Amino acid sequence: MIHHAGLPDSLLIIVPALNEEAAIAGVVREIHEHVPGVPVLVIDDCSSDATIDTARKAGADVLPLPYHLGLGGCVQAGYKLAYELGYQYVIRVDGDGQHDAHDIPRVFEKLKSSGCEMVIGSRFVTANGSRTGAVRSLGIRFFRAVLRPVLGKPVHDPTSGFVGVNRRALNVFRGSFPLEYPEIEALVVLQRRRFRFEEVPCKMRPRTTGRSTITALKSLYYVVHVLLGVFVNVLKFDRRYHRAQRDRGPGG
Amino acid sequence: MDRLLNVTTVLSVILLLMVLVSVRRAHIRVEYSVSWLLAAGAMLILSRARPLLDAVRNLIGLPDSPLTLFLLAAGVFLIMFFRFSIIISHLRDDNIAMAQRVAILEYHLQNLKDHEKQEA
Repeated sequence: MIHHAGLPDSLLIIVPALNEEAAIAGVVREIHEHVPGVPVLVIDDCSSDATIDTARKAGADVLPLPYHLGLGGCVQAGYKLAYELGYQYVIRVDGDGQHDAHDIPRVFEKLKSSGCEMVIGSRFVTANGSRTGAVRSLGIRFFRAVLRPVLGKPVHDPTSGFVGVNRRALNVFRGSFPLEYPEIEALVVLQRRRFRFEEVPCKMRPRTTGRSTITALKSLYYVVHVLLGVFVNVLKFDRRYHRAQRDRGPGG
Repeated sequence: MDRLLNVTTVLSVILLLMVLVSVRRAHIRVEYSVSWLLAAGAMLILSRARPLLDAVRNLIGLPDSPLTLFLLAAGVFLIMFFRFSIIISHLRDDNIAMAQRVAILEYHLQNLKDHEKQEA
């Protein structure tokens, strides 16, 4: 059971999962091994297999969603709960076992020491042996080029799901978070608030169980959808945010 | 040309009846039926009032009246579809927020039950 977090450096690990019964126990155990004592919350996106039971048996807390919301809705539910429970930091790890829990302490340290709102576990900051397919690699290069002028600084791995955020980012994401393919759009959402992000080198393992949700056929839709999402977010004028900024005054 | 306008009249009447029956059976909410009723009513009036349709045609500068009628109808339906897209988007956002809230409340409830069990 996850309790209200009272400590200033409280950390919650969230693991969005859909039909990951084969991998989820290993993911949870590995997290407990590398960051002992840190609570793990698996957000189950209405799996049809035994993901929930397997995660609970492995020692995770589970937030089961009433129906399939997609990755963005799933992650946002975790962010909302983390914010309500008072957590200062949240790190998202994918439920398929591709992220190495060994890198979690490094992401957490960077979050605390840099004061950045977001830290991305990146496969490409340094050469670390991570390999991606040719098509995906091409897509990542394309989005790097698109995001460079939008974000005002280079981002090496914009599609990484290994992401840590602090409470300020949680406060933004609980109100506004992209529902499909959220990684890239989330960066733009933060940039619109003048929030900062950093990258730390991380390893990514090849998927051993289950199947990726991004198939070859969906790739084109992915590119169009994310591009549209990026430009809509660039154009978006957040009335509530700007009103709050104005009410706070120049010193706020 | 007259046959085309007659077909439009029949279609408008069918649409009006369908919307009214749907409202009566509560298949469609009144606030969403208004735009359909207005569109069907406008089509019906324009297809029966030839001078009015000709006046609109002259105003727009189109060559013939039935084309004017169908362009007007297409324009109205496009605006309505756009309006429904906005409504659907709002409903989807609200629905997702509600599903997340239900999940979080169930989570808190389960935690309370577990806590009570432990205390008992």
